[in-house]
Amino acid sequence: MIEIDRITKLYGSTRAVDAVSLTAETGTITVLVGTSGSGKTTLLRMINRLVEPTSGEVRINGEPTHAVKPHLLRRRIGYAIQGHGLFPHHTVARNIGAVPELLGWPRDKIAARVDELLELFGMDPAEFRDRLPLELSGGQQQRVGVARALASRPDLLLMDEPFGALDPIIRTRAQEDLRAIQRKLGSTILLVTHDMDEAIRLGDRIAVMDGGKLVQYGPPEEIVAKPATPFVADMVGDAERPMRLLSLIPVSELAEPGPAEGPALPEDASLREALSACLWSGREAIPVETVGAPAGRVTLAAIRARAERHG
Amino acid sequence: MRPGLILRAALVALLLALVLSPEAFTPVFAPFAPENGPVIYTRSSLLSLSLSHLGLVAVASLAATVVAVTLAILVTRPAGTAFRPLSRTITNVGQTFPPVAVLALAVPALGFGAGPTLVALFLYGLLPIFENAMTGLSTLPAATMEAARGIGLGRWQRLWRVELPLAMPVILGGIRLSVVIALGTATIGSTVAARTLGEVIIAGLLTSNTAFVLQGGLIVGLFAVLIHDALGQLEKYLTRRSGRR
Repeated sequence: MIEIDRITKLYGSTRAVDAVSLTAETGTITVLVGTSGSGKTTLLRMINRLVEPTSGEVRINGEPTHAVKPHLLRRRIGYAIQGHGLFPHHTVARNIGAVPELLGWPRDKIAARVDELLELFGMDPAEFRDRLPLELSGGQQQRVGVARALASRPDLLLMDEPFGALDPIIRTRAQEDLRAIQRKLGSTILLVTHDMDEAIRLGDRIAVMDGGKLVQYGPPEEIVAKPATPFVADMVGDAERPMRLLSLIPVSELAEPGPAEGPALPEDASLREALSACLWSGREAIPVETVGAPAGRVTLAAIRARAERHG
Repeated sequence: MRPGLILRAALVALLLALVLSPEAFTPVFAPFAPENGPVIYTRSSLLSLSLSHLGLVAVASLAATVVAVTLAILVTRPAGTAFRPLSRTITNVGQTFPPVAVLALAVPALGFGAGPTLVALFLYGLLPIFENAMTGLSTLPAATMEAARGIGLGRWQRLWRVELPLAMPVILGGIRLSVVIALGTATIGSTVAARTLGEVIIAGLLTSNTAFVLQGGLIVGLFAVLIHDALGQLEKYLTRRSGRR
């Protein structure tokens, strides 16, 4: 559990971060979202003490971060950034193994961990371990960057716009991969982004920051349905709200017995996908299936009724 | 690549021949020697002069490298930024001082011989190395430096594992420039009795023997070209290894 307790950062008389408190549960993804200058990156960097807070404290599993030397603290916290920041003169294996090496792991254990992570990220270890970062594509560099952050099985993973430099298609894939890997490993992640879509797609909880203050903190459904301030409503976007809400609800919630024509959707697909399929193929209902077996249908009328409920 | 290799091998062979068996070149240099005068310099062995010349350059360049790189490291630390203009001034003064003047000033203090030459070469060599080291250390990729700090490398670990290896090709560029300047400049050390290839040139100038001047100049020139080329190759290799291009 990560507890941020009334943390403040002053630059001169500017309050970059103003008495922010929030708690992130172990095994969840918390997304800090805001415009540039909102203080979200400063907040993230105060957690691993790349920026020293002016006041307040951060506790990781109950232990205050100021009790540990900064560089030792950082070895226990994964850190992945925009533009990956890999060491260009080290191979993929040495990049991923950087933190375990600092922690003094034996060499064979590091090698095994590197191969394990490369496989987890869908990169063949034999092919990739000895390459230099320059010899990878942008998406592969980014995956190696995240693998490096995960290598020592840290208590916490901090990510600062990790997908910011990727093109849209690769970014969507990288987000899905991160979600899957986080579920599998049960990692605790704090991620900074300015992209509300990314926040909704990844976050178990979303913290919206504006002018150094935390203006709303809650699950994505709540942020979309009940924005606490006009700024949050702006971030969510009026025109996008119904679609964002529907994207958070699985079709299984509205599945009902009954016939429907055409290709089926899996039950963990979102209502947004179901609506899209209805509109595009001119159908009033879409069949739903569980692992290949039919499981009823979801109707356009039900989707519309669900969207009108706002929450 | 092929023609380059052949040219290099030919230059090395020519240099070795000039140094090891100068008598073989008598017909080549004879037209430049005064009538009935000596064609080939024999007062001391060209091999021992070459070795002493290279030794002086190596010692001075090594000292200049250690001092200039250390200085550049210090002024690129957060605590050292205030000293950056001062250290720039000092190394610049080293460069603007004519080496002849340094020799003249150093002789009363250090006496005749290798001492004053070493001082002149050292001062003259500082600036290119310092400037390049500072450029190399202050233009590192920002995301890499941020990550180095973020994953928990300490100050010295960042310097040794990330900053110096990444800046190395640029630093080496400065060393290369400095060494080539020193190879030429070392010849004037013979005016204060340092044993360098300048001895051959100066003997030629004093006796109006162009053959001596050509011999000494040719050997120094070949050393400079070949060493410049070798360091350039090393630089290319390190750049490739550092994965930035």
